[in-house]
Amino acid sequence: MNLAWVLLFLPLIAAAANQLYFKRIAFIASVISVGSVAATFGISLMLLGADKSPEPLRWATVGDFSIEIGITLDQLSTGMMVVVTGIGLLVHVFSLAYMADDSAKARYFTCLSLFMFSMTGIVLASNFIMTFMFWELVGLSSYLLIGHWYQKDSAADAAKKAFITNRIGDFGFMIGILMLWGITGTLTFSEMAVPATVSTGVLGACLLCVFCGAVGKSAQMPLHVWLPDAMEGPTPVSALIHAATMVAAGVYMLFRVQLSIGTAAFDNFAGDTIAWIGGITSLCAALMATQQNDIKRILAYSTLSQLGYMVMAVGLLSGEAGMFHLFTHAWFKALLFLGSGAIIYACHHEQDIWKMGGLLKKMPITGLTFAIGTAALIAVPFVTSGFYSKEEILAAAFTGNKVLFGIAVSVAFLTTFYMTRAFVVTFLGKTRSDNASHAHEVGPMMFVPLVLLAGMAIGSAWLTGPLNAYVPEHEHGHAEGHGLILGASIASLLLGLFAGFALYNGKDKDPVSIPLFRDRFKIDWIYDNIVVKYFQDAFAAIVHFFDEFLINGLVVGGAGRIAEGFGGLFRRVQSGNLQGYAFAFGIGVILVIYLTVF
Amino acid sequence: MASLHSYLLVSGLLFAIGLAGVVLRRNIIVIFMCLELMLSAANLTLVAFSRFNGKDGLPDYNGQMLVFFVITVAAAEVAVGLAIIVALYRARQTINTEDLTSMRG
Repeated sequence: MNLAWVLLFLPLIAAAANQLYFKRIAFIASVISVGSVAATFGISLMLLGADKSPEPLRWATVGDFSIEIGITLDQLSTGMMVVVTGIGLLVHVFSLAYMADDSAKARYFTCLSLFMFSMTGIVLASNFIMTFMFWELVGLSSYLLIGHWYQKDSAADAAKKAFITNRIGDFGFMIGILMLWGITGTLTFSEMAVPATVSTGVLGACLLCVFCGAVGKSAQMPLHVWLPDAMEGPTPVSALIHAATMVAAGVYMLFRVQLSIGTAAFDNFAGDTIAWIGGITSLCAALMATQQNDIKRILAYSTLSQLGYMVMAVGLLSGEAGMFHLFTHAWFKALLFLGSGAIIYACHHEQDIWKMGGLLKKMPITGLTFAIGTAALIAVPFVTSGFYSKEEILAAAFTGNKVLFGIAVSVAFLTTFYMTRAFVVTFLGKTRSDNASHAHEVGPMMFVPLVLLAGMAIGSAWLTGPLNAYVPEHEHGHAEGHGLILGASIASLLLGLFAGFALYNGKDKDPVSIPLFRDRFKIDWIYDNIVVKYFQDAFAAIVHFFDEFLINGLVVGGAGRIAEGFGGLFRRVQSGNLQGYAFAFGIGVILVIYLTVF
Repeated sequence: MASLHSYLLVSGLLFAIGLAGVVLRRNIIVIFMCLELMLSAANLTLVAFSRFNGKDGLPDYNGQMLVFFVITVAAAEVAVGLAIIVALYRARQTINTEDLTSMRG
């Protein structure tokens, strides 16, 4: 038995055991889930550096085509597994405290285990069919966890929105997978190669279809709308799924494709489109983040913006830079989310930053770790991991496209600005509400994960070697334009810090009001009032017409009516009227005589 | 002496009247009598042919034999038929054929 199979199926066994036997015993359920994720973390560490993939299982065979359940072990998957299980473990531990009083704790941990199983499946998948299956499973567990508090309408709606939005992306993804199968003749990652005869147009269209899946899962424009709403779920879930792992699956999958068929395949309009969508998403999301008041929403838009960075890097043919940023971002964004979870917990489920304030004195450990996470996100030079990965992305943009470089630098400025705003308003100044004034430091079950994540937020850039993370390699020391990039990055950082402090220090309410940013560029409004109303309803009407008139009226009802018509015709003959029979008999006799005699 | 033609005409007329009665009338007794009328028409035809197809001044007796059979069978038929009608009347309290039908077509 190979360890990798244990790694894949252990969370599923945990989820099944919880669902079948320990539904009512929340304590055992939580212990099982935490135990399984701790075990998988251990296995992931043991598998670091492994590159011998185990023999795949044959799942279904049709003719000479067979679907395999296989595991890929290489630098990419083993490195990613450590991130997934490591953050997963800390989030599980944090959840033990955060969800201690929840009435549906068992269900929560069951869903978390199901999610860990699905995410492990995506990371380890050896072929696209398997990726797609786990892709959908991840969507399902995300749906279940966003809707954990389904009694709240907003949570139920957010869960539905996330699921449907993801399905739209997945439809394109499925077409992309089929096209890729048609082009390369295989679905296994390790055997993929693009024949030289394939035209750029077909290949580009295929990659863009595959990218559709990433647009949905990694919440890029225009399917980003579900991620901010997904913050209705419990905060540890937001940290694990909607910041560190699941949303990164899109970037991971794109990079996996890039590894399989070669970076050169992206060197056409597909790569440009991907880069531009990433760039636009990162810019718009950063602008929206500047005007949000809900601490989790600020972080959600920040996640969108950072995911935009990674997607842009993949589009610019520097998937390594994207994966490096994914790696560092996962740690510090999980830290920020768990930090916000601790704040929300301490403030009795208050999420509005304008009702907090002065929390640094009341919650010093949370405050300091949150500050470290913020520092990593805004890329404080030389000491934080975020700085190194962001630098790589800026370098990729600098060589790839100067306009995108401009966008990336302005996003860096905006990131610093809104994170400074969030930190200053939440932790400094004076306390602005009763809930916040009663806040006190959270227990060790919560701050220990924070401290560990804070360590990773600083240190992950130096741990890339032991943890098998991808780092772009530069042959001649520094990339071209290094000084300019460094200058731009530090300038945007200082400018953002200055603007954030100057505008928000000591303020009791938001001095800036930009309704357009607060209303998220009215994109949600457009979806609700135009796309849903007109397109969806029109589509529903067409489907209804087909169903009601063509299928029901003509085919199903038509067959019935024909039989009924014949029946009615013959019924007239069987009237039971004696004279009618006599008359028919007489006519018959006359007819027979006529035919025989004449 | 009347010709064969006249006999057949009368016979055909009787048959037609009988058939019309069977088809058109609603009273089951009348229908039954019309049925007898049609049998009589057949008998008349047989007798007429027997009389006109004779040889050596003698009629063809085969036809007349058949008439006796028909009369006998008709008598038996009347007995059975009337019995059925009486039973029907007892069950339904009517002899109108329209009221007798129980189908709803």
